Amino acid sequence: MIDLTSVSIETFSLILFMGAILAGMVGALTGLGGGVVVIPLLTLGFGVDMRYAVGAALVTSIATSSGAAAAYIRERITNVRIGMFLEMATTVGAVVGALVAMYMPTNVIAILFGTVLIFSAAMSLRKKNQTIDYSLPGDKLGVALKLNGSYPTADGVVTYNVRRVFGGFSLMTLAGIISGILGIGSGALKVLAMDTMMKIPFKVSTTTSNFMVGVTAAASAVVYLQRGYIDPGLAFPIVVGVLIGAFFGSKILMNAKVKTLRMIFAVVVTVLALQMMYNGILGKL
Amino acid sequence: MEQDDKKQASNIFSFEFWKQREMDLYVGKLLRYGVFTACFITVLGGIIYVMQSQGMPDYKPMPGHHDQFKGVVAYLRELNTIIPALLQLDGAAIIQFGVVVLIATPILRVAFSAIVFLIERDYLYVVVTLIVLAVILLNMVFGLH
Repeated sequence: MIDLTSVSIETFSLILFMGAILAGMVGALTGLGGGVVVIPLLTLGFGVDMRYAVGAALVTSIATSSGAAAAYIRERITNVRIGMFLEMATTVGAVVGALVAMYMPTNVIAILFGTVLIFSAAMSLRKKNQTIDYSLPGDKLGVALKLNGSYPTADGVVTYNVRRVFGGFSLMTLAGIISGILGIGSGALKVLAMDTMMKIPFKVSTTTSNFMVGVTAAASAVVYLQRGYIDPGLAFPIVVGVLIGAFFGSKILMNAKVKTLRMIFAVVVTVLALQMMYNGILGKL
Repeated sequence: MEQDDKKQASNIFSFEFWKQREMDLYVGKLLRYGVFTACFITVLGGIIYVMQSQGMPDYKPMPGHHDQFKGVVAYLRELNTIIPALLQLDGAAIIQFGVVVLIATPILRVAFSAIVFLIERDYLYVVVTLIVLAVILLNMVFGLH
């Protein structure tokens, strides 16, 4: 851990900035998002209060999500109707989560964070199921809500029908609560709800999840700002650093074979998660 | 929007086709400009903040008192106190303003989607989008302080 009392504010900002670039790269390469890596960086690396770390992570999630969404919209894969419909669940969840977080002991938040992080790392490594027939008839509710759609692939347009809308909506409420408590996008939970529950094709669920992360985070960010969790001294090096890191991370993702790299980072993230849980249990965080 | 894709794409001379393209372009631009503007303000504020600062702020949790949390200074928590400080070139307030711009970006996007659905005459989704917007805005006004 770096001792904060011995460094000047210039050095501190610079170290934080470089750490944030790394966090952004890891976030982009693992697909976990920049915010997720910011929390262990601040708490384990700098001994910062969990609440400041959560505030910084939340702002970071909005930045990376909006930055990436700008690129996805042109490809027209994102299903805005599904996103907006499920957004009703996540925004309500996020507000509830942000309020719950105010009364939750920080070490419990640390343990919950570790659990979600390990789950997310496992999700990012899991094999995608390619054998699903997306054109099977879907949920009546999905038809009524006009959620079914299509998206362009290399082999032509793929149409898909949405299933288990109610289950997906419930799981999304949970995802919203968790992102409100932890200040992360909880993209893995969102993808789980859309991919596994509603049987939405992977490309559509990941881009739609990304679209939703920014809106969900913005809903709880307001509460965090009013409660003084968002500190300017942490926000400026972190937001800018993570955005730069995420940009380079996505470039590496396009150009290199990243399977081994993904694996290494997933292991690193898991170790960080365990350390957060350990410190949480000991009551150090 | 997605269901109509094929129909629209097959007729590139239709008004709807170009309207749709333009909307996507605007949403993309909105997000990109929002993030860039927020970053620019934040960096600018950050430089001023470092120059104005008098020593390292304390971010550590209070040992043995994890339930106690001071948080940032009160004037940096609300837009109506951030703006006057911003005008006095307070570095911390400038950063917070950048953060507010960042938070506003996805919210503006939701508002924009409501307009897009209205143009498409998809009233069900105009209502859905307005519910999402209402949750965020009501929380902003009536949120716990």
